[in-house]
Amino acid sequence: MNRFLKDKEHLVRMAALFAVGVVLFLILKAVLVPKGFGVYGHYRAGALADNRVRAPRFAGRSACIECHTDERDAWKGGKHAGVGCEACHGALAKHAEDPSASNAFKPDPKTICFTCHLTNAAKPRKFPQIDPKNHFDGGACNGCHSPHAPDKEPKK
Amino acid sequence: MEEGLLHAVQGFMYPNEVELQWSILIVLYPFTTGLVAGAFILASLERVFNVQAVKPTYRLALLSALAFLLVAPLPLQLHLGHPERSLEMYLTPHTSSAMAMFGFIYLWYLMGVLVLEIWLDYRKDMVLLARSETGWKKTLYRVLTLGVDNISEESLRIDDKLGRFITIVGIPSAFLLHGYVGFIFGSVKANPWWSTPVMPIVFLFSAIVSGIALVLLMYMLVCFLKGISIDMPCVDTIARYLMYAFLIDFSLEMLDLIHRIYEADESFKSLDFMAHTQLYTSQIIVQIIFGTIVPISMLAFIQVVKLSEAARKGIYVLAGLLTLMGIFAMRWNVVIGGQLFSKSFLGYTTYKMAFATKEGLLPAILLMILPFGILWVLVKVLPPFEEEKAAV
Amino acid sequence: MSSDRRDFVLTAGKLLVLTAPAAAYLEAVETGKAEEPAYKMAEHYWGMIVDVDKCIGCGNCVRACKTENDVPVEPYFFRTWVERYHVAEGAEHPDVDSPDGGYSGFPEKYAAGDGAKSFFVPKLCNQCAHSPCTQVCPVGATFESPDGAVLVDKSYCLGCRYCVQACPYGCRFIDPRTKTVDKCNLCYHRITKGLTTACCESCPTGARQLVDLKDPKDPVHDFLRDHKIQVLKPQLATGAKVYYNGLDGSVR
Repeated sequence: MNRFLKDKEHLVRMAALFAVGVVLFLILKAVLVPKGFGVYGHYRAGALADNRVRAPRFAGRSACIECHTDERDAWKGGKHAGVGCEACHGALAKHAEDPSASNAFKPDPKTICFTCHLTNAAKPRKFPQIDPKNHFDGGACNGCHSPHAPDKEPKK
Repeated sequence: MEEGLLHAVQGFMYPNEVELQWSILIVLYPFTTGLVAGAFILASLERVFNVQAVKPTYRLALLSALAFLLVAPLPLQLHLGHPERSLEMYLTPHTSSAMAMFGFIYLWYLMGVLVLEIWLDYRKDMVLLARSETGWKKTLYRVLTLGVDNISEESLRIDDKLGRFITIVGIPSAFLLHGYVGFIFGSVKANPWWSTPVMPIVFLFSAIVSGIALVLLMYMLVCFLKGISIDMPCVDTIARYLMYAFLIDFSLEMLDLIHRIYEADESFKSLDFMAHTQLYTSQIIVQIIFGTIVPISMLAFIQVVKLSEAARKGIYVLAGLLTLMGIFAMRWNVVIGGQLFSKSFLGYTTYKMAFATKEGLLPAILLMILPFGILWVLVKVLPPFEEEKAAV
Repeated sequence: MSSDRRDFVLTAGKLLVLTAPAAAYLEAVETGKAEEPAYKMAEHYWGMIVDVDKCIGCGNCVRACKTENDVPVEPYFFRTWVERYHVAEGAEHPDVDSPDGGYSGFPEKYAAGDGAKSFFVPKLCNQCAHSPCTQVCPVGATFESPDGAVLVDKSYCLGCRYCVQACPYGCRFIDPRTKTVDKCNLCYHRITKGLTTACCESCPTGARQLVDLKDPKDPVHDFLRDHKIQVLKPQLATGAKVYYNGLDGSVR
């Protein structure tokens, strides 16, 4: 070894150690960074698909009225036409997929209406609200009101 | 448990805020990195600015910094929901994230600055020890010297020059290391308790304060344990620096406080209420009064009144301990305090620290003992005192 | 190479949990080369309209969200929740509550005719275009998708909780089961299939409506033009895309 390097040999070795470290890191990085990272931005492109794989539990009103045409006709044009079926009947994607699999949840006509229509000071004033003290005899609401279209005649 | 959580809530918090996110472990993180940065900056004083008086503590300061730096990432690692994924910080660092850069700054500071500087400074000692020791110790030192036995004058001159250069690079690196920890908090615009541009500077100066206090105490402790007489001009000088740094730190914090009080923006009433209730003990009593004003007064008192050596030593120990307590309280008040109020400014919660859980007090205590264990090993392997070597 | 081995493990894992066509589709999207033919990300940009005057605090959205997205039912985590505001005349601060996030509705607690203004405000992730939360994620495990949803990559999240701290609206939480962050993803699995979100589907009054800002036929454009619109905490410039109509100044 020449004289110039002789007194720096320890530094050369240290530098080599650092270089090995850097190279190792670069190899690790090349191997371990997930595929598709950075395609759309600084994230794994596959994460988009991961967020999409979940199966919906709510089928959506358009799926319901495909079969339930009687209910659709009663519901359309009434005051509850903006209310989705599953708002009262629960999540029914399974039922929409296979009607025999599970039956629609039949809400209790004595209580379900209070979910929305129970009086509350924070509700918009023009929203129809019921104080059970004045307007409730313990019977079912659908005795007088048609749940699918309360402004229409109730079903007898 | 949820019932318990809600009991802690006063007023209104967004539902998801009821659970506190960052525990005492995250308090340790800025505390330990602060000690590292501070200890290094004190060590650099001797090397770069040729402050001969603090020379006896130079090596001890470097080793202390290394011991605490090795521990610094552990609380973070323990806190993660998925510690096994932490390598992602190096693989796909998000450049817009303050936290992502920590990995790189940490690695740079550890390898590029501290380890290299210690290695260069100790190379002569290691070569001599490799020659004189036997058995596994000889092997250890041979490995540490990378198998190079050369301690010619020229090689040592080169080491010294390079070491000096690294120290010069190291000072801004130390500033970066801790100023940047301040930025992690200071850049969160959602949180008015954290979000202030002075946060990095406050963190930096409090880091310097805590580092100096640590080295002061460590030096006196090691001298006591080894029966070496304390170099009084050295500790007097360090204590003076401690006071200066503390005054700057305190001024900055007061500036921030006055600014907040005077501007009194939308968050002020909420934060003010918090400081007078939940944070009253840890902020006003522990941090400001006993952790700042008292030690500064003690150190200032010494500058004015001439006291005996024994009295000065006693005051230094007390002031140093109070300082560390005050800086720890400051970290606590930043990290925990920033989570005790709702971002709706309408409610507050309290932090109930667990004991023997993953993020409880017990692991926190163990993590604070660990650096002293590491330092004990480092001092054994790399003796920091010249006198000692002569005596052996 | 070990990357091959890793791919194999990934593929095998996917085959274990997914049907073959689903796995193949996932593989295609994962590489970033293919999209489901029916759905083009570039053609959509999602947001939501919340009409405060229509919200009746029934809690349907909260319940639907928990069902649809399997959000921990036990309190206290929510992808969406409803707050009740009660603002006495001249009061500096409103009284706000959100019992169980509104999951079981809002039992009346104020006397009728107490002279105060009272209303409900549904909250959810604002799907910010300049999200403070995605900005701070150290590894890219949460991000704004090209079609305007802020999503989480659960298989990549460290659980460091920095994003939870960075969200000004309190929309994020750590799912205790996965130890990764969770938040409203605008029912990304639904909206990419042509469905609306679970909360919008089950909202009885139309107080919340999913909107596609890139669809010229979406009624959102008329709505935004015809109403005085506000986003939450506009001073933080987060680029929030949940637009509130009739939002009171007292809402935080």
